[in-house]
Amino acid sequence: MIGSTNVPLHRSAAIAGIGETRYERASSKSAAHLQFEASLAAIADAGLKPSDIDGVIPIGITGSPAEDYITNLGITDLRFSALIPHGGASGIGALQAAAAAISAGVCTAVLVPSGRNVSSGDRAGVRIHQMPQFHFVSEYERPIGNIAPAQLYAPMARRHMNTYGTTSEQLAHIAVTTRQHAMLNENAIMRKPMTVADHKSSRMITDPFRLFDCSLESDGGAAFVVTSTQRARDLAQPPVDLLGIAMGHPDSPSSITQRPDLTRVGVAKAADIAFGQAGVTRDDIQVAEIYDCFTWVVLCQLEDLGFCKKGEGGPYVSDGRLGLGGSMPVNTHGGLLSQAHMLGMNHIVELVRQLRGHGERRQVEGAQVGLATGYGDQGDGGVAIMAAGQ
Amino acid sequence: MSEKISAAYWAGAEQGKLVIQRCDRCGTLRHYPRIICSACQSFDWSPYEASLSGTVHSWTVSHHVFDPSVTSDVPYTLVTVDMTDGVRVLGRLSNDVELRPQLRVQLTFTPDTQGRPGPTFVVADS
Repeated sequence: MIGSTNVPLHRSAAIAGIGETRYERASSKSAAHLQFEASLAAIADAGLKPSDIDGVIPIGITGSPAEDYITNLGITDLRFSALIPHGGASGIGALQAAAAAISAGVCTAVLVPSGRNVSSGDRAGVRIHQMPQFHFVSEYERPIGNIAPAQLYAPMARRHMNTYGTTSEQLAHIAVTTRQHAMLNENAIMRKPMTVADHKSSRMITDPFRLFDCSLESDGGAAFVVTSTQRARDLAQPPVDLLGIAMGHPDSPSSITQRPDLTRVGVAKAADIAFGQAGVTRDDIQVAEIYDCFTWVVLCQLEDLGFCKKGEGGPYVSDGRLGLGGSMPVNTHGGLLSQAHMLGMNHIVELVRQLRGHGERRQVEGAQVGLATGYGDQGDGGVAIMAAGQ
Repeated sequence: MSEKISAAYWAGAEQGKLVIQRCDRCGTLRHYPRIICSACQSFDWSPYEASLSGTVHSWTVSHHVFDPSVTSDVPYTLVTVDMTDGVRVLGRLSNDVELRPQLRVQLTFTPDTQGRPGPTFVVADS
């Protein structure tokens, strides 16, 4: 059944096309080049022409503005564009905005493109200080040496460890499982085997985060195309429908230091809204692509999404359930930890691939319903619950 | 610089004081400096000299040189502290001690990587 309920955004839109470039380190291509390459791949995947696009929501801080899409794609009538400035939560936010615009009749086919080349410019972690949402960190914390996202989030993980007894070895299970998935993905940067012992012996970056708790910095592009659920059924690929989607922001969103509860992030406020729209339960989720800038951020989101209680994330991630064949396969593509850091756009692309049944060697068998999350800046969050179209 | 919302904070820090904002309408204390009060939305505030005492909330020990400004500092500890007056302060830790939650610390100011008075905590008892 399509569009049969009055629940906001439920089956209001579908992802009809996905595209990715090769992910690598030190690409010779510019961010804009990578963004257009991924965009053209996503449009072609949907079976559309570039001129069919009438909405654009560019993701990230290194890409091109909407005007560049008009110029380069030959769009003659762009009816909708928006900016979603929430870092790694922007992809989910863009999907939400695209679904709202399409279901309101503003436009018919929204391109959500991203592309980054971080190896040729400043490192991504240092560039945050140019962003307005980091002004407190820039004025009061950077001068004493609080410089990079790893340092911003490490006290959150340390607080979780002190409060609930979470251990570094539990975080290692997330890193190891994610690597196992990346080894099954031809387009993953890190494909060497990793063990819990390897994690333990990796160098300390900022306690409690070791090197293997941290995501990659990588170059590439990823994009998707959103249409109505009806239209997606006339296009080239099996449609993947949006069941529910919500964004949420932590208290004190622009200062982690001043946040009342360091162990709770924005997706905690979004989860019940998204599940309510979707009309499914946590037990119905067969695959989850969870934003993984750091291992602990995965654990925290699994708690905040309601898959386990706050404080129980450590044991939850340690019993093998996150792997392929487990009860809750997570980050089947290898995530930001081992595939590539593509701002979570690669999580959305992978969810679509899984729900089409196109996951190849890493396919979750029979996956019909799954979710992807985003996590950005200092804890902005979003979750999209999607299903294979009937 | 004097027009900046943070001028009172930095002037206090130069004298070793923690100067935060107190809302003139509802009395709510706030930090970091902001234009309006989140409790009552008043624009009016006065500087408030807060206690320098607090207890450890969380921390990280940084080993990686994220930026050339900390090359000679690693490893160093950044500690998040619950101040007695209710706000939090992030500072460097001056003692080489094992931290635990609730440990009592005292705020001082020492030159940061830009030569400004940076929050630095000293363990009061261990």
